[in-house]
Amino acid sequence: MLLALDTATSAVTVALHDGTVVVAESTVVDARRHGELLMPGIRWVLSEAEVTPVDVTRIAVGVGPGPFTGLRVGIVTAKTMAAVLEVPVLGVCTLDVVAASVRVEGPFAVATDARRKEVYWARYDAKARRTSGPTVGKPDVFATGGPVAGRGAVLYPGAFPTAVAPEYPSAAEMARIAHVGEVEMLPPEPLYLRRPDAVEPAARRRAL
Amino acid sequence: MATADDPLVLGIETSCDETGVGLVRGNTLLADAVASSVDEHARFGGVVPEVASRAHLEAMVPTIHRSCREAGVRLTDVDAVAVTSGPGLAGALLVGVAAAKALAFTLDKPLYGVNHLSAHVAVDQLEHGPLPERCVALLVSGGHSSLLLVDDVTIGVEPLGATVDDAAGEAFDKVARLLGLPFPGGPHIDRVAATGAVTIDFPRGLTARKDLERHRFDFSFSGLKTAVARWVEARERGGEAVPSADVAASFQEAVCDVLTRKAVDACVANGVSHLVIGGGVAANSRLRALAVERAARHRITVRVPRAGLCTDNGAMVAALGAEAVRRGRQPSSLDMAADSSQPITAVIA
Repeated sequence: MLLALDTATSAVTVALHDGTVVVAESTVVDARRHGELLMPGIRWVLSEAEVTPVDVTRIAVGVGPGPFTGLRVGIVTAKTMAAVLEVPVLGVCTLDVVAASVRVEGPFAVATDARRKEVYWARYDAKARRTSGPTVGKPDVFATGGPVAGRGAVLYPGAFPTAVAPEYPSAAEMARIAHVGEVEMLPPEPLYLRRPDAVEPAARRRAL
Repeated sequence: MATADDPLVLGIETSCDETGVGLVRGNTLLADAVASSVDEHARFGGVVPEVASRAHLEAMVPTIHRSCREAGVRLTDVDAVAVTSGPGLAGALLVGVAAAKALAFTLDKPLYGVNHLSAHVAVDQLEHGPLPERCVALLVSGGHSSLLLVDDVTIGVEPLGATVDDAAGEAFDKVARLLGLPFPGGPHIDRVAATGAVTIDFPRGLTARKDLERHRFDFSFSGLKTAVARWVEARERGGEAVPSADVAASFQEAVCDVLTRKAVDACVANGVSHLVIGGGVAANSRLRALAVERAARHRITVRVPRAGLCTDNGAMVAALGAEAVRRGRQPSSLDMAADSSQPITAVIA
């Protein structure tokens, strides 16, 4: 049993693959409640498939890029479950998961919401293989009339006039591509792409 | 003493910059593994939330494994999982809460999201046995300065007072910086103060008669910190050398004087004969000595855990979790939220 989950966008998505097909999927879109929604989602897909955690033999997790706080919820959950079950964890670029669901002819791009009026961005060829990215920046920098999937295309129609489905990653799609190995496997660590906001203070301050 | 029947409780703490995983059986501490990101924050002069959250994610699973190794147990031996659900840094808390949920669900064991401040009180059970029926707790750290009346540490505690501005630990950090000492300031002030004398009469916040009417058990350290800065600046302007050791000793005395005076007063006012002190500032040697000295005059027993258990750690969370199990408290649900401003009156999320 392969458990797949992704929390790198507003979608909290979980799916279970039994080695042949995806047997259960749960996706809830809520940007602010990843910590509350993920574990009930995992519990639901396992109970739907009538299995218990010990039946899970592999875990695939979206490693972003995506808003950090939600992203970490998925990764720490996957790694901790894997530690108990003593099973491997595979990291998958979240933009690759979005790309795997795109149904257009020819090359396309994926743009997800990076907040602060920026997008996470990657380009794909006609076979949905990543050809550049992931990176982060203002939509204008990546502006294109070609097809763009992901929430970023919906948010910034000026830069991306040709929005295509899907808007969010699907763990069911992730489970499928991870199962057959049709995706680059990454370490289960976040693709932050940005440094923490913090500035070193000037030398000693006088006034406290 | 622990018996084989006592549940094995794992506690996770990630409310600030320490990733803590503790293991407790009954009131017996088996392991207390802590990974700190303090060195990464030092150059910023304070804890940077995003840096702390990243460090928690990196340290979480290795710290869980280290704790199990120290205790000589397997993860599958764990009977219950406790985690700090708040108060603390939102993004930091969330890493610990998510890990705890994953553990509890995968092991099919109960989950307890617990209050960080109550855990600082409960940890003393690991050192000095069960808490008395009723006690006053003084919690002093970089984020908190509170006086609490505790009847049952798992149900809720009555807040008696708290700081109206800076936490005591914050004042230590800021004064340390003023004296050119590293972050976090507490241990350095303590060390330097030991070589100096209390020669400067710095102000004691909220101790004037008019303040005592409304703020009998509240604290204020902002004025003290400013007074120290003014004093040091005046010496520097006059071209005089700053007697750092005396400044540190005098500042420390002012903080410890107010903390212990009000803590003992809170015990007397509530007819309580036990004072528990917790939080990082409870590691301060002068605070411990002065509290014992003053409490003795009123036949009050002071309980302070050793320094390593005063600072944030997972053992304290496990200790409170173990108490919740012992008292049959309702576990938290898997959709429990981390609450960065969890009130002291809410012990279990």
